[in-house]
Amino acid sequence: MIVRSWGNYPRVEHAAVVPLNWRHLPLPRLAGPLLPVGLARSYGDSCLNEGGTLLAARGLDRLVSFDREGGRLRCEAGVSLAEILELVVPHGWFLPVVPGTAFATVGGAIANDVHGKNHHVAGTFGHHVRRFELLRSGGERIECSPDSNGGLFRATVGGLGLTGLVTWAELELARAPSAWFDVETIRVEGLDHFFALSEESAAAHEYTVAWIDALAGGEHAGRGLFMRANFAAAGGPHVPPGRRLSVPFDFPALALNRGSIGAFNALYRSRGSRRWRATREPYPRYLFPLDGIAGWNRMYGKRGFVQHQSVVPRADAPRHLRAMLEAIARSGEASFLTVLKVFGDREPAGLLSFARPGVTLALDFPMRGGSTLSLLDRLDAIVREAGGAVYPAKDARMSPETFRASFPRRDEFARHIDPAFSSSFWRRVSP
Amino acid sequence: MRFERIVIFGATSAIAQATARRLAAPGVRFHLVARDAQKLDAVRGDLVARGAAATTALADLDDVDRHRALLDEAERALGSIDAALIAHGTLGVQAACEADFALTQREWRTNFVSPASLAAHLANRMEPARRGTIVAISSVAGDRGRRSNYVYGTAKGALSIFLEGLRARLHGTGVAVITVKPGFVDTPMTAGFRKGPLWSSPARIAAGIERAMQRGPGEVYLPRFWWAIMFVIRHLPEAIFVRLKI
Repeated sequence: MIVRSWGNYPRVEHAAVVPLNWRHLPLPRLAGPLLPVGLARSYGDSCLNEGGTLLAARGLDRLVSFDREGGRLRCEAGVSLAEILELVVPHGWFLPVVPGTAFATVGGAIANDVHGKNHHVAGTFGHHVRRFELLRSGGERIECSPDSNGGLFRATVGGLGLTGLVTWAELELARAPSAWFDVETIRVEGLDHFFALSEESAAAHEYTVAWIDALAGGEHAGRGLFMRANFAAAGGPHVPPGRRLSVPFDFPALALNRGSIGAFNALYRSRGSRRWRATREPYPRYLFPLDGIAGWNRMYGKRGFVQHQSVVPRADAPRHLRAMLEAIARSGEASFLTVLKVFGDREPAGLLSFARPGVTLALDFPMRGGSTLSLLDRLDAIVREAGGAVYPAKDARMSPETFRASFPRRDEFARHIDPAFSSSFWRRVSP
Repeated sequence: MRFERIVIFGATSAIAQATARRLAAPGVRFHLVARDAQKLDAVRGDLVARGAAATTALADLDDVDRHRALLDEAERALGSIDAALIAHGTLGVQAACEADFALTQREWRTNFVSPASLAAHLANRMEPARRGTIVAISSVAGDRGRRSNYVYGTAKGALSIFLEGLRARLHGTGVAVITVKPGFVDTPMTAGFRKGPLWSSPARIAAGIERAMQRGPGEVYLPRFWWAIMFVIRHLPEAIFVRLKI
């Protein structure tokens, strides 16, 4: 069966996709490697398993227990973050960390140790996982927490689904005074301005992120919009029902090109035309703007798109970011959704966690074949030279060398891999 | 209308779970009946975590002689029954049923005799109280005898007719009988099928069931576009119908 991930690149053939529906049942006995998959929001091939079997775990979608006073939620690994928020927000709770989409599962959030706009305050998803059960191919069920079976816990957090199947997990929730965000949108004139704003905002704003016009080069490099936000004190625990648009088919390949992306960037930037703007927004619109358009990934056409998210150490970050933005400007490729954020200093939760102290740049490019791939290789070289890392959840093409350089604890991690589990990504970066 | 005392037969089925999840809220009490203790426990846990209360009973619903006792137990657990959802069923292998009539009879017992028996018991208990809602999952497969699954289709067709008659009998009594006819639904029961654009999710079917429960007695195709498809199929002349490979 052909399965594609969120980037629509690559699309690979699988021997089988086996739905899992009950957490107490043993893993199906099948030939070939296994890989659990949830809502397949990873962009590249970390949620694919060419020639092997995908364990479709979305059917593990039950709650186990919800402590409304203490803010602890135990649920099966296929429950989506959107479902959790729908359940807990009316009780005054929130997930301490959410990525840019709510259509990811708990299992996926653990496997990629996802981060969000509040990394500088809250760390990653894995920092708030209290415990989970890991079902290994040998049939053992191992309850893991930071203190018991801690090695396996730290390997599974950020472990790309390779250490076994997470059947359920217990999450610590965070108090939320309302379901609304007070958002300030500030025009960014360039990279130096971005760093000044990040520094100034880190203490008083829980959520910060910048959108960057990656087509701008030279003195304009890094111009864009800086958005900082906190939970609104008022507004109540409910949000108006959202209207969902959808992209019903793959757009023609040419729909997103340098011209249309440039036009979009100009339009988007005009949101900040007043230099400073304050709004109150319901949490889905602020945290998950693209979730409002079902299938937005299809805008990129049949060939799909590739993401490139990297993190470079803070010290020399401006120089390396400038080098990356210049490489893009020179290449003739255009990144549509370019996002910049300063991570906090918290120690990573997992052995293979991507988020670490530094500055992260997320790019996405319509997949145009060789020219796109060679630009990404040039970006990798800059990241390696900086001593940074490239994010597996968004990757479809990094080299084994880049992977090794990004994840110095790779060998320690590899000891915890379940012998029956593997993925297209893992076989590619660990030949 | 608010449904606060709900009994569900076949509570571990995907459609039943999705429906229960929609109805679950603080103050709502479920009595869940199914065969498998561990699955039942997982479903109960989910509903309790959502703020509802739930009791369970293990039963093989093919054993129709036990139905009276099961309903007694449900009434003891719930006090009275606002709504009953009859959701158990099997999708046997048509070819195997063709080769062995004993299998055909077993399919009919599970998919017609057993749900009809439960509906009959429920009707007799709800009629004197002049209130209650009986929801049973039938299927579009019961609308015509198709070569690919007429054994299952016979059971669901008979169930639809039985429920229609029951609805007529209870007309004006305050007891609502609702026949639900889902189209193709992506559940463990249909795990082996290739899915296409006509397929929908248990969550979508559950939303339709909840709407139907609010509306009252009647028959509902879910999702609703199946009404149009089945309208055409029901009106195809037999001479054409028998040539279709469906």
